[in-house]
Amino acid sequence: MSLPVYSGRFGVAQAERLLWRAGFGPRPGEARELARMGLRGAVHSVTRPRSQALVGPPPHVQSGAALQPFDVWGNDVLWWLDRMVRGRAQLVERMTLSWHDWFATSNEMVDSQRLMIAQNWTLRRRCLTSFPRLLNAITLDPAMQTYLSLVGSTKQDPNENYARELQELFTLGVDNGYTESDVREHARALTGFTNTWDPSTGQPVDFHFDPKLHDDGVKVIYGKRGNFGWRDSLRLVLAHPDHPRFFVTKLWSYFSSEPLSRADLRAAERIYMSSRQQIRPLVEAMLMHPAFVAGERMVKPPVVQLVGMLRGMGRYIDTDDWVWQSSQIGQTPFYPPNVAGWDATRWLNTGTWQARFNLTADMIGEKRALDPAKDKVKAEPKAMTRRALAFWGAPQISATTLRALHGYAEAAAIGAASADWERQQYPALAENALRALIVASPDYQTC
Amino acid sequence: MGCACNEFNRAALLRKGAARAGRGLPAVERGMPLPAGTGLSRRQFVLSSAGVLLSVYGAGRLLAPEAFEAGIAQAASVPAGRVIVGIYLQGGIDSMSVLAPVSDPLYHQYRQTLGLAAGSGPTFAEDAALMWHPLASGLAQLHGEGKVCAMPTIGYTDPMNQSHFTSRHYYEVGALDANLLSGWLGRYLDAVGTQDNPLQGLCLDDSLQPSLATAKVPVATLDLPSDYSFWAQGVWGPPQDIMYSTFDTLGQAGIDSHDPAMGGSGRAAVMSNTLRKQLLPYQPTGNQQAPPLPANYPQNASDSFPARMASVAAMLAAGFPIKAVSVSTDSVFDTHEQQSSVFASGSSDGFGEAMQTIYAFQRDLEARGLDDRVLTLVWSEFGRRPQENASGGTDHGAAGCGFVVGTNAAGKMIGEWAGIQGALDSLGNLTETVDFRSVYCSVLEQWLGQDAAQIIPGAAAYQRVAVVK
Repeated sequence: MSLPVYSGRFGVAQAERLLWRAGFGPRPGEARELARMGLRGAVHSVTRPRSQALVGPPPHVQSGAALQPFDVWGNDVLWWLDRMVRGRAQLVERMTLSWHDWFATSNEMVDSQRLMIAQNWTLRRRCLTSFPRLLNAITLDPAMQTYLSLVGSTKQDPNENYARELQELFTLGVDNGYTESDVREHARALTGFTNTWDPSTGQPVDFHFDPKLHDDGVKVIYGKRGNFGWRDSLRLVLAHPDHPRFFVTKLWSYFSSEPLSRADLRAAERIYMSSRQQIRPLVEAMLMHPAFVAGERMVKPPVVQLVGMLRGMGRYIDTDDWVWQSSQIGQTPFYPPNVAGWDATRWLNTGTWQARFNLTADMIGEKRALDPAKDKVKAEPKAMTRRALAFWGAPQISATTLRALHGYAEAAAIGAASADWERQQYPALAENALRALIVASPDYQTC
Repeated sequence: MGCACNEFNRAALLRKGAARAGRGLPAVERGMPLPAGTGLSRRQFVLSSAGVLLSVYGAGRLLAPEAFEAGIAQAASVPAGRVIVGIYLQGGIDSMSVLAPVSDPLYHQYRQTLGLAAGSGPTFAEDAALMWHPLASGLAQLHGEGKVCAMPTIGYTDPMNQSHFTSRHYYEVGALDANLLSGWLGRYLDAVGTQDNPLQGLCLDDSLQPSLATAKVPVATLDLPSDYSFWAQGVWGPPQDIMYSTFDTLGQAGIDSHDPAMGGSGRAAVMSNTLRKQLLPYQPTGNQQAPPLPANYPQNASDSFPARMASVAAMLAAGFPIKAVSVSTDSVFDTHEQQSSVFASGSSDGFGEAMQTIYAFQRDLEARGLDDRVLTLVWSEFGRRPQENASGGTDHGAAGCGFVVGTNAAGKMIGEWAGIQGALDSLGNLTETVDFRSVYCSVLEQWLGQDAAQIIPGAAAYQRVAVVK
């Protein structure tokens, strides 16, 4: 048994969703091209990218200066946003973001852009390989070891932080198949990591395992006894009978808000376990699932919407505004709010909705806005709306929303204008407003 | 904004640094104290009951936003108490321009270019040697109504510190102690506040003002409620108004779609627009959609100070459970050069804007029937040297001026004006006639009913002065 495959028409709307959920939204015309490949071809084109190249002008800040991702505040965020905007391997960037959420680590605590970016490469390189490889690498990752107190956890003083989150957040789920004793025993098995400090920079360096700090005594984990070390810890938790269900459920939650049926869960677990816990085959199957292709919509994560707007309008990283803007809209990469990552059920509230709206103004900028004194816009609601949609790369919207936009254009460009100058200028103002309203629409905020 | 020495611009940077909870900003000045509040943790959330973005600061672990929502609702349900408002005139304002000793020949000798002419402003009724700056006529009027205690030379000695950072730090923490990390109002809140109401200590700023830094209970900074506004590039007038109402149309389309995510987005749109309309009364100036405010705040101000003060009054009127407030002017009075531009009339910022705002705030409170509950303390980190410099400015001095404003203010001068002759210290600066800690102790005891000994180190040593009627 495998996961069911969507069998309906694979058109532009379906391709557009794939590009938003397995990437950061289409570039103009991209959804149409993808739709021509059919479902399987389209999915494979994202899961088996032929190129990881970055396409487009290199990133810079307002002054024109190149990014200094390790050293300048916010340039770490811009560095990653740029990869999301320009990367051809969109799923790789999107999976890197998902793993960043799964293995949430915040620079608020790590306090080293260098270590955070090193972790980012660790996640990116393994994002579609096998989960055991990924878990192995993240356990050894300096930023993670710092964030969850794995360094400094010693035989004399074992720290339970990583042991707890390893089970609760990474592999099993809260209170699912382990006891407090298992947490303590995992913590003992995971002792021995340490680092030193560069006296000239004050930066943590030389992350390594020191056998002298490791507790090599007998531990009991999930009822098994042994002189377990960190490799055993990972092996035991990956072999835990409750792990596959947790894994497929959590992975699926990044792609769809609809729960999988029991039969589909079992099928997904089989794909996962029969491939020796490979990630790519499972992702491929999920991206063809009917609920993914044609089920309920999902709210776009803030960073996805931000990057997608840039992609749609053909803008690149040319300002550091997106650093503080990302915090306003509720998601700054490298700064998840806590160990559990971002709460994807609460992306939108009155504060973040306002921030998304005002972000649009910043993104369009004065230069790209229509100037009512210079740009002569004819008061034609349908043409105005069509052009405003084209500004964002012609996203799909529902008939109801289209009617609302036409209604707005009619009222603002024609109904509200009486004096001559108003009849001349209001259409341009209204077309500017249409661009903002499109991005504010429930259609655009979801995918 | 006139001149601001570079040193002072870095002070703003440092305040942001303090807001980032003490994370690695280098000291901008050798030996300067860490700002009070350094090391507090910070949590941001939208207070949904009021639609404002709060940053809550506290020592150690903070409660969850829901607990704050509940705590604020609970605190708002009990009878409203007295409020102390601190207004900080940034940069060390020139007291001899605010209350000018125009009858003193030495004044005109020291202030050959900056001196005010006798008769150009209202005479200070309690001491005819002094004259209010013409732009302080609002304060003069309130003084005439018995609502202002003027402190023509407030300060401290031994040792006087002429660094912005250090001297301001002393005023913020209420002690000449570079190592004290809690503010004097913060310690008051620690004594009377609760764990679940961060609005008890409210700072309208983008970072926490150190006087509110607590050791136990949470306090908050607030983005202006008026910042809850929406803008689109190149859209104004009727097309903008219709755009706002289209939020509801689009939102309703999402709700009607029966897709949960579309519905959630649509509800956020409708709720945001509802909130936008609810918050219109907070829009303080220059906004045609806003209902008129009960007082005449400066129109067309180029900075947020009037808006912030108007918001304080509006939030008190709305029943926010506030005990202590800190606000800074955006204008900087560090007038080393071209001082006259900061004290010029018709400016959209500077001294005139600050004075008109303080006057309007009092009138606003009166119009809303809140004036019985609020006492305002206006302060600056030091005054400026009587002898003007060659750049048309004045350098850092020692004692400066301050004011206690409110319907309940004692209305009588605190300390005295001792003249210039004989009042100067060895550096040519004014010496104080009242210590700022005397004023803090008196405010705590007479206005807030709080034993000052718990709040101000060495409180017993400071003479009490009459701050309230």
